[in-house]
Amino acid sequence: MTTQEIISPENLVYGKTKLLTDNVMHYCPGCSHGVVHKLIAEVIDEMGIQNTTVGVAPVGCAVFAYNYIDIDWQEAAHGRAPAVATAIKRLLPEHFVFTYQGDGDLAAIGTAETIHACNRGENIAIFFINNAIYGMTGGQMAPTTLEGMKTATCPAGREHELNGYPLKIGNLLAELDGTCYVTRQSVEKLAAVVKAKRAIRKAFENCREKKGTSVVEIVSTCSSGWKLTPHKSNLWMQENMLAKYPLGDLKNV
Amino acid sequence: MEDIKLMKGNEAIAHAAIRCGADGYFGYPITPQSEVMETLMDEAPWKTTGMVVLQAESEVAAINMVYGGAACGKKVMTSSSSPGISLKQEGISYIAGAELPCLIVNVMRGGPGLGTIQPSQADYFQTVKGGGHGDYRLITLSPASVQEMADFVELGFELAFKYNNPSMILADGIIGQMMEKVVLPDFKPRRTDDETRKQCPWGTMGKVEGEQRHIITSLALEADVMEATNNRLQAKYKKIEEAEVRFEEINCDDADYIFVAFGSGARICASAMEAARAEGIKIGVLRPITLWPFPTKEIARLAKKVKGFMVVEFSAGQMVEDVRLAVNGAVPVEFHGRMGGNVPSSEEIITKFKEKFSIK
Repeated sequence: MTTQEIISPENLVYGKTKLLTDNVMHYCPGCSHGVVHKLIAEVIDEMGIQNTTVGVAPVGCAVFAYNYIDIDWQEAAHGRAPAVATAIKRLLPEHFVFTYQGDGDLAAIGTAETIHACNRGENIAIFFINNAIYGMTGGQMAPTTLEGMKTATCPAGREHELNGYPLKIGNLLAELDGTCYVTRQSVEKLAAVVKAKRAIRKAFENCREKKGTSVVEIVSTCSSGWKLTPHKSNLWMQENMLAKYPLGDLKNV
Repeated sequence: MEDIKLMKGNEAIAHAAIRCGADGYFGYPITPQSEVMETLMDEAPWKTTGMVVLQAESEVAAINMVYGGAACGKKVMTSSSSPGISLKQEGISYIAGAELPCLIVNVMRGGPGLGTIQPSQADYFQTVKGGGHGDYRLITLSPASVQEMADFVELGFELAFKYNNPSMILADGIIGQMMEKVVLPDFKPRRTDDETRKQCPWGTMGKVEGEQRHIITSLALEADVMEATNNRLQAKYKKIEEAEVRFEEINCDDADYIFVAFGSGARICASAMEAARAEGIKIGVLRPITLWPFPTKEIARLAKKVKGFMVVEFSAGQMVEDVRLAVNGAVPVEFHGRMGGNVPSSEEIITKFKEKFSIK
């Protein structure tokens, strides 16, 4: 087969969704954000909801999420995305509204907004990247940082006497009557990516059916913050992160 | 026949919001303005006009809900009182930075800290000099009656949408709590989604096929880009300063002295003025209606023909600084203020005036 034959349209088995823009992503090599962005873009494309979806970007590494997915976006203040999304959804009730947040944004500064949006059962989707560290500001301790894990603000490793315990906010949100779907996924291998995409799709479908709040937590890597190669980050995540944050559905109504 | 009602200033805000076709209200209870949300919940406009009313978990959440709604081009508002407005400052800065229209009502109480629930005007600096971070301005309307509480809701929205800038109604607690007769505005339907898109083509109401998508943000990491944003904001503020100054004058034409006061302070000054005129002292009252933009030019004009000004505020003296800047040393500018929820009487104002200007 010639190159021309190989790249002919009828031989296409997989392509970049048209919803991902051509902007060069600012994420570090090995970071999970790029994969999750791609999955969200694919789901929006496949569901045909590009013109009725509004995304809310966080403060953190994903602050520029709006540069990469070709839909309407709002950039929220740190932690406030669920409040911002609440108003959008209430004022445009037939639209699809989602937030995209990291662990510092969702589980530290924005804990109140997260819990109350979920408790009101806002018909929105929350995509939560848990990589146990503050990436954008240079690797400080997050609410989800594991005990013993070293960061710029716990250089000797997190100690619960000093810093409290890793916050399993997904479990907490699953307890609330307003959530209809809380799941914990990862994207470090192909099988996981397929499952994560299914979860993202389900979250958007729940919005359509107005079943309540859906939360998809993605246990993620931060090779720069963890100071590991992309491959070693994946291994470290599987061994350490998944022990504290096991994968699977926490709630599925 | 005119629809005349007797109600509190806070209640008038709520009724005017429904009648002017507001799309959403997001608030958190705090004295002395809780009647705004209570009245809205009682009226249940979601059943009639479709207006969304939501009690948020905090003032922080409420102002960010306003951000979310305003960024869709919707006509949205919040209300609070001083400590709550302090909490909203982050969101207000983001709204100003992203150039979104909205209405914020502050029914001021005494501070600092938890302070008192009694009336105050001590949030003047916070409102007109910034409050949140960065170089931005709030269009600030100061009502002196329940009627103006009602009227300024629509005016506040009108100015906000004209300039894509947040507007604030800055009322002292007296105006929020007192009852007066009021003629409520006529009912105006809410804009349809198509009308909203037409009026606010920048709003995030979903990407339109074949058109550019919309991104609402206040972020620009490059200094040149951020400076260009600031230059655009400053040019807009200059335009507002030139076109939107509003004030009321009583007997300023033949006055030897001018009282400058806003909100209910201006009404007390008007009583003091009448008593002084009965004694043969020619006093006028200048009431700034817009605290920003401030009637600087008018005060400078009056400074050329009067012997002095006295500024009266329910604070340690905040607006007096802007009056002094406008007068620029031409004549004396004296000040009398009360704090902690106390309000000066008209007799007290005359006594202080006579003392300060050595008039017997």
